[in-house]
Amino acid sequence: MTIERYSFQERVIHWTAGLTYIYLLLTGLAFYSPTMWWIAGMLGGGPVIRYWHPVAGLAFVATVLWMYKAWRRDMRLSDLDRKWAKGIVDYVSHQDHKLPPVGKYNGGQKQFFWVMFYGALALLASGMILWWTEAIPWSLRWVRFAAVLLHVAAFLVTVAGFIVHVYMGTVVVKGGLTAMTSGKVTKEWAHHHHPLWK
Amino acid sequence: MAGSTLELKRISAVSTAPPGVRETTVVSKYIDTTSCIGCKACEVACQQWNDLPPEVTVQFGTYQTLPDMTPSFWNLIRFEETEVDGAQAWLMRKDQCMHCADPGCLAACPAPSAIVQYVNGIVDFNQEHCIGCGYCMTGCPFNVPKLNKTTSKVYKCTLCVDRVSVGLEPACIKACPTGCLQFGSKPQMLHLAEQRVARLKENGFANAMVYDPPGVGGTGVVTVVAHGDRLASYGLPRDPSIPLAVTLWKKPLKWLGNLGMIAGVVVAGLHYLKFGSKPEPEAKEPEK
Ligand code: SF4
Ligand code: SF4
Repeated sequence: MTIERYSFQERVIHWTAGLTYIYLLLTGLAFYSPTMWWIAGMLGGGPVIRYWHPVAGLAFVATVLWMYKAWRRDMRLSDLDRKWAKGIVDYVSHQDHKLPPVGKYNGGQKQFFWVMFYGALALLASGMILWWTEAIPWSLRWVRFAAVLLHVAAFLVTVAGFIVHVYMGTVVVKGGLTAMTSGKVTKEWAHHHHPLWK
Repeated sequence: MAGSTLELKRISAVSTAPPGVRETTVVSKYIDTTSCIGCKACEVACQQWNDLPPEVTVQFGTYQTLPDMTPSFWNLIRFEETEVDGAQAWLMRKDQCMHCADPGCLAACPAPSAIVQYVNGIVDFNQEHCIGCGYCMTGCPFNVPKLNKTTSKVYKCTLCVDRVSVGLEPACIKACPTGCLQFGSKPQMLHLAEQRVARLKENGFANAMVYDPPGVGGTGVVTVVAHGDRLASYGLPRDPSIPLAVTLWKKPLKWLGNLGMIAGVVVAGLHYLKFGSKPEPEAKEPEK
C-alpha cells in the first residue's frame, strides 16, 4: 500500500534544483581551488564554465524560490522540532524511538530547507556582484570584497547541508531516494519515519 | 603575452612551485612626475607598439585623454589641477600597471597561468588562459586590470615584456622626450629616484618622496612625486596592499573550507561504518 509523498511537479523541481546545484558545486570547486581545476577541463574549459556558472545559478535560485512558495508552510519550525533537535544524538545513532514523533518533515529536513533557502539568497546577491564586477565602481570596492567573502561563506554552508542531505537521503534513510524519484512511499514507511504526517 | 624566454616566478592558481630559478635582474620603470610635461608621447607609443585600436577620447574638463584606463588603453597620463600652499599646481602622473612584487591580481585569479610574474618582476596576463571572471579587478589595489566585454578577457600594461625580454626598453620609455621616464634595474631606478628627491628637497619641496609602496612588496614602477603629502591628488593610494578580503578568501577561508568538506565526507563514511542505515519499518522484511 503506497501513498504519494511528492507530486510530479515537486519531483521535477527537486531534481532541477539538485542537478543545477551539482553543476554549480563542481564548477564552483574549479574556481575555488587550483587542485580542483581539472573539473573545468571535464566541463568544457574555464571560459565555458565561467559563462554557464552564473546562468545555472539563476536556474537554481528559481527552483529554490519555487520550493519556498510551495513548501514554506510545511517547513515552519515548531516547538516539536526544537524538542526533536535536542535529541539529535539519538537520531544520529538510530535510536529514533527516544525522539518525539515528527510530521511530514523532521527538524533536520526543515533546517536543511532553510539553510539552502537563505544560502541561495546569499549566493544570488553576492554572485550577481561577482558576475558584473566591473559594474561596481572602484569607489564602492568594499562591495566587491564583501561579495567574494559572502559567496565563499554561503558556498561552504550550503555544501555542508548538501553533504548531509545526500548522505541521509540516499544511504541512511532507505526509501528516501525512491520517495523523491517515484513520489511514493509505503504506508509503513510513512508511519515509521513521519508518524504525525497528515 | 608570451615572454617565452623568461622564467616564471609566480603563476596564478597553480599550487606547485614555479620553475624560475635563475637570478635575473628585477627591472623597473622610473617615473619622475616633476619633469613630466604631459605631452602623452608615452600614451601614443603604448598604443602603437601594442597595436591597440584607438579609443575615442572623452572630454571631461581636463587635458586627460580618458577618465580611466580601458581594455585597449593601458597607459594614461592623469592630470590633476589643484592648489598647493595657495599656489596653483598642475600634477601629472603616468598611470599603468605598477607590476607589484606581491601582485593582488595574481593572488585573486582562479585560472591557472592566466597571470604570471616573470623572474624579472614583470606581471603579465595570458589572455589565452583568462576566463574573464574579473577577480583580478577585485584583487588589484591600483584598479588597473580592465575587462573587454567582447572578448571576455582582461588586459593591462605588459611592461612591454616582448621588448624587455630581447633587451629593449619599454615603448613608453623610448618615446619620452624629457627623460622623466627611465628604465633599468630596480636598484638603479631607486637610486635615481632618491637623487631626484634629494634635489627636489633642496629646491624647497619638503614633502618630495619616492613612491615604492612596501605593502605590495614594492612596485616595478618607481615614482617620484613632489608633494608626498598629497598622494591622492596623483591618484596614488597611500598604503596599498592586497585587499584583506582577498587574503582571507584565498588563505584561511579556503583551508577551512577544504578541511570542512573533507571532514564532512569522512564523517559521513565513518557514521555509515559505525551505525549503518536506519532500521526499516517492521512490516517489510528487514534487511540486515
Ligand atoms: S579575469 Fe582576471 S582573475 Fe579572472 S581569469 Fe582572467 S586574469 Fe584571472
Ligand atoms: S598594479 Fe594591479 S594589475 Fe598591476 S601587478 Fe599590481 S595588482 Fe597586478
